Amino acid sequence: MVLLGALALGGCQRATPLPLRLTNITGHMPDLDFALTDDTGKAVTGADYRGKVVLLYFGYTHCPDVCPLTLAQLHVTMQRLGALADGARILFVSVDPTRDTPAILKTYVNAFDQRAVGLTGPPRAVEALSKRYRSAFTREPDAGDGSYAVSHSSAIYVFDRAGRARVLATPSATQDDLVHDLHLLLNTQADS
Amino acid sequence: MKTLGFAMLLGAALLPGALYATSADHVRVSHAWLRILPGELPAGGYATLQNTGKQPAALTGAHSSTYADVMLHLSSVAGGTSRMRMAAAISIPAQGEAQLAPGGYHLMLSRPVHPVTPGDQVPLTLTFADGSTLDTTFIARPANAADAGPDRPALPTTHGAGHNHD
Repeated sequence: MVLLGALALGGCQRATPLPLRLTNITGHMPDLDFALTDDTGKAVTGADYRGKVVLLYFGYTHCPDVCPLTLAQLHVTMQRLGALADGARILFVSVDPTRDTPAILKTYVNAFDQRAVGLTGPPRAVEALSKRYRSAFTREPDAGDGSYAVSHSSAIYVFDRAGRARVLATPSATQDDLVHDLHLLLNTQADS
Repeated sequence: MKTLGFAMLLGAALLPGALYATSADHVRVSHAWLRILPGELPAGGYATLQNTGKQPAALTGAHSSTYADVMLHLSSVAGGTSRMRMAAAISIPAQGEAQLAPGGYHLMLSRPVHPVTPGDQVPLTLTFADGSTLDTTFIARPANAADAGPDRPALPTTHGAGHNHD
């Protein structure tokens, strides 16, 4: 009887989806997987972040407007989560690996939030990760003085502790909804 | 509002000379700040430009003794992609205002000639379509700042996400 009850409860939990508010991509996007270099110069894969709720964002350090805006907003989001935020990581993936070395990325992401990690790697590895989440990035023509911009995905991809893609936060999403969904995911264990 | 009222009074007093007034005479700059990124990375520049004149004005450029290069830029999002491109001009409607704000029109300041740290007052000269120039000062703010700072009220941004202050 106890066993049956436990089984029924387990089944029930599985069948009840989390009431997520952002664009729900559960089951529609692949699990977090990549082979890149972190901002300390260490080779890392998606598996290194299992157990953490991951916020994946593509950007580059020579982006003075939108990338800092997004990272500043994510910093506020993390502050609103309080101690729970320790269970989350912001992964800032450089779409400009030529200029973004691990050292540059480290000072850049640390200027925003301690739970942010900069990732870079060979252009093909970054492209593979970008394509995996159906996004793309394009290096724009040189401005004439050697500087250039890179167009990139505006979305933040959120993964649960098991590395499963769960929600997508677009620029029009509210911070309240992102905080709400992160609360749900941070309060859920990896095996549920 | 007080500034606007004063500017209008001033405008009325100078009416005979209004024919010769330039854009720089009519544009008021407020909430001007720079987002300072680590190292020599470019900074974003933001401000509210208020045009008290009866003629539209257009910001066509800016320069600073602190940065080798200052450009007008526009960020936009289309089809899930963020883009940044150069802007030739930013128009400021007659008796209206233009916002240089995160996620939209902004200044990109590259190659600082000396390190800039949060709290610094950075001189910047704005150039308008009629050739007039306006000297102004932007306050340097940290990378994760949301706006011009506690003594300078928040700017509305084009992004939907709300801001809670540090």
